[in-house]
Amino acid sequence: MSRITRKQFLALGAASLGLAGSGLARRALSGAGEGGAIPGELVGASSSIGHRLRGGAFAAPGELRRTDVVIVGGGIAGLAAGYRLAKAGYDDFLLLDLEAAPGGNAASGRNEDCAFPWGAHYVPLLTQEAKAVRALFEDFGIITGQDPTGAPIYDEYALCAAPSERLYRYGRWQDGLVPSIGITAEEDAETGRFFAAMRDFRRRVGSDGRRAFAIPLDLSSQDADLMALDAIAMTDWMEREGYRSPGLAWYVDYCCRDDYGTRSKDVSAWAGIHYFASRNGRAADADEQGLVTWPEGNGYLAQRLAKVLGSRVQPRALAFAVERLGAGVAVGVWDAAADKTFRVEAKAVVLATPHFVTARLTKDASLGAGFSYVPWAVANITLDSMPGGAGAGLSWDNVVFDSPLLGYVVATHQITQMRPTKTVLTYYWPLSHLPPEEARREAFARPLQAWQGIFLKELLAVHPELEGHVRRVDVWVWGHAMIRPAPGFIWGAQRRAGLVQTPPVFTAHSDMSGISIFEEAYTHGVRAAENVMAYLAHPFETVL
Amino acid sequence: MEILLLFSAFVIATCGLVYELIAGTLASYLLGDSVTQFSTIIGAYLFAMGVGSWLSRYIERNLLAYFVRIELMVGAIGGSSAAALFILFDQVASFRLWLYFLVGVIGILVGVEIPLLLRILEGRLAFKDLVSKVFTFDYIGALFASLLFPLVLVPHLGLIRSAFLFGILNTMVAIWMLYALRAEVIPRRGAHKVAGFTVLALLAAGFIWSERIQSISEAAIYPGTVIFAESTPYQRIVVTRQQRDIRLFLNSNLQFSSLDEYRYHEALVHPVMSALKVPRKVLIIGGGDGLALREVLKYPAVEAVTMVDLDPAMTRLFSSNELMRALNGGALSSPKLTLINADAFLWLRERKPADQRFDAVIIDLPDPSNFSIGKLYSLTFYRQLKSALNDDGIVVIQSTSPLVARKSFWCVDNTLAAAGYQTAAYHLFVPSFGEWGFIIGSLSPYRVPDHLPEGLRFLDLPTMNAMFRFPPDMAHVATAIQRLDDQPLVRYFDEEWGDYLIY
Repeated sequence: MSRITRKQFLALGAASLGLAGSGLARRALSGAGEGGAIPGELVGASSSIGHRLRGGAFAAPGELRRTDVVIVGGGIAGLAAGYRLAKAGYDDFLLLDLEAAPGGNAASGRNEDCAFPWGAHYVPLLTQEAKAVRALFEDFGIITGQDPTGAPIYDEYALCAAPSERLYRYGRWQDGLVPSIGITAEEDAETGRFFAAMRDFRRRVGSDGRRAFAIPLDLSSQDADLMALDAIAMTDWMEREGYRSPGLAWYVDYCCRDDYGTRSKDVSAWAGIHYFASRNGRAADADEQGLVTWPEGNGYLAQRLAKVLGSRVQPRALAFAVERLGAGVAVGVWDAAADKTFRVEAKAVVLATPHFVTARLTKDASLGAGFSYVPWAVANITLDSMPGGAGAGLSWDNVVFDSPLLGYVVATHQITQMRPTKTVLTYYWPLSHLPPEEARREAFARPLQAWQGIFLKELLAVHPELEGHVRRVDVWVWGHAMIRPAPGFIWGAQRRAGLVQTPPVFTAHSDMSGISIFEEAYTHGVRAAENVMAYLAHPFETVL
Repeated sequence: MEILLLFSAFVIATCGLVYELIAGTLASYLLGDSVTQFSTIIGAYLFAMGVGSWLSRYIERNLLAYFVRIELMVGAIGGSSAAALFILFDQVASFRLWLYFLVGVIGILVGVEIPLLLRILEGRLAFKDLVSKVFTFDYIGALFASLLFPLVLVPHLGLIRSAFLFGILNTMVAIWMLYALRAEVIPRRGAHKVAGFTVLALLAAGFIWSERIQSISEAAIYPGTVIFAESTPYQRIVVTRQQRDIRLFLNSNLQFSSLDEYRYHEALVHPVMSALKVPRKVLIIGGGDGLALREVLKYPAVEAVTMVDLDPAMTRLFSSNELMRALNGGALSSPKLTLINADAFLWLRERKPADQRFDAVIIDLPDPSNFSIGKLYSLTFYRQLKSALNDDGIVVIQSTSPLVARKSFWCVDNTLAAAGYQTAAYHLFVPSFGEWGFIIGSLSPYRVPDHLPEGLRFLDLPTMNAMFRFPPDMAHVATAIQRLDDQPLVRYFDEEWGDYLIY
């Protein structure tokens, strides 16, 4: 097997990679492009626009606009806030987003054959506590009703189609992501013990009557023994509980990287366990492992939310200053499209921005302290042939054991087509091999050809049959992709301080939960909108 | 020089006979009835040789140059003849015309050669020696070819490669002559050499790539002879023939045998069509072979049939090829037919509420052996299908073997019921498949019809009624429901057929 080990991979990350990579890129490309570079683009969140915040030099605002509520940031939290206001009939608001299309981490793209995600790409079956998201899913027809037992009925087209996951190990694909080929009986028993422990955590209700691990996370039990788990790393907890199986260790590490972009040794054990123990969602028409997804990932949800907001979304608009003005606020905005600045005066503002941005906007440096973000790279590989492989068939999520990359999802998987002939694979890679700051520097310095080389090497190692069938490789580098739930962060003072609301300035972001998932972001957005309506005395019925 | 020319007589004879044998064999593979094919091919070939001999009198000068040119042409045309015929088989409407045309051309060219050779050697040998030697080598060549062909060429090289190989031999003799006969006058010798090497290169390339045209290793896994094979983006289509039995395989799975397909297709179509008062609009999903359509068209009431089949290569093969048209009675050329080459699920989802609804829907898809095809057996698909069905419309689904794959079969029934249809299952024996089953789904109760069209070979009323009775070993079982997010049917199918090595 010529799969790259982590060590080789890091060596690869060095400068030599550019050359090695472009050779590979050429080999993978078919026909016409032979000899030339493989087509592709280095795309990404408009960091050059965003970084102007750091420079700070903006012309004095010209035009003055007035609105009741300004929402800064068009990620899921910002869209949720806007959607909640609109649903409550509160129409006088403006949402500012620096991208051409809102969505934040739920960004997506499209070519002539299919849509594909650039970031977040699924939502598991909703927990009972995730009421705000459930209301949204009912609005959007993703939940169409409930069966006599109260289990929600999900839209069959949104539920992830079978087969959902496969894992590549020992030269073949197996069903599911938990290693099952070539493991010893001992390892098997240990894996069983681990999942039993997670099931117990999932069922546990704390002395305060709350579930041990809930989504939204702030509804979790505050029992001391549970919260103490936040003080240690996931690997320390595994060690303490006597889990030694390499296969299980890999799987747990994989899950931490998948949800938090962070190695299990760098993740809080509370967060690590939360991944396994929080999801108690059920569906009348899917099993517990079910999830909803679309070809464009959560971009589907972002686009539907944005559509409801319509012209109240102002794209390519960077808020650069937020000041209190009497009882209200004033927001300085740079319109990147027209390259001019304007000023919005409002009764309230929702800062649906990550904390490091919120800190700059409000000039409150204490806000950002202790918040650390992991960078990610996402590649979309356009193919004119479908991947194959020995063993389990092509699935929605396809993972390679022991790879630094998380594997790929198949954009055409949810299309009810019998046999697509072209597709896009979305590769996810949390850059967790270095401390975030260094990883970010390395990532932004890496040229497109080098990125392409890394992703293609990974692809062709397990899919030699795709040689000659790669049409494009586009790469998106997320500098601050998601918050890192490092030990001590979830239940630490800094995160809790970040939850404090100071009207008329409200905040909404998954950062406030310490884990970057759709339900958290959406719930914070809805809560901010409801707080704003309460503050402005607009009547509403809570969906929280 | 003399020896070289006499050796070329041997090569001409060998190659000539090999081309003739290849054409005869191919014709009997592709068109069946080997006695007729061989007789007519040999007759046409010999006659064409006569025409060639007659034409040879019009060549007056530069005999050697003509000889080389004809040798090259025989090499090029004869060498690529088998490949050309295989490729033309499904592409042209009148395959026979092309077959005899090609045989005629090769025959004429070969026919020119021997008289030409005699005239070149005239004067170098006494007449009695000339005739005796040329014909001796000619007949030895014929013997050599007739032994080589069945014993070595067909089993080890296959038809396409054998033809290319002999084309190469023909061409090499021509090139050899261009170099060896330096003393003779051959105008534009350089141009001839270029032509010679070009033909040689093309034939060599053909020889190397002929795997792509007909996979020899593949031929070994099928009963009978592979007469058509094509890989499309969706599947591998293979048609075989063994005496009168023509079989279609998709991805190595048998789809029909021409000997007993009437049982399958009569059973598939008539219990639904005859149960409808006036079956005006019919939808066929899959069924690109046109055999179900042939049965559907037996109802004069049918006004329009829509067929949705994924693979254009399938419908092209079964609408343009004579042999296949003979099987489906040219059904795919019916003016009532609207043929849509599309994915059935996507097509169904993209339909507008105002689009026409159907009285009968006939689903004749490959078995649910993988997750891709399994989607078309899902609860979601059957629910979606209701939007295309009239309130009193009826659906029928080919549902694999209730004997071998009992859970798979009843899973289709249970899934259809879960989608809100009333179901009726039935089965029959198809020798090439074994015990086979179908499920009918309808929104109002289904009643077994009391009449059938004239002229059916298998179905009559008692037989039809008997099909709806299941013995205990095939009786209904409870199963999970086939859904998009969980496909138990594919698992059942895999397990159940896995126990039967015949699949």
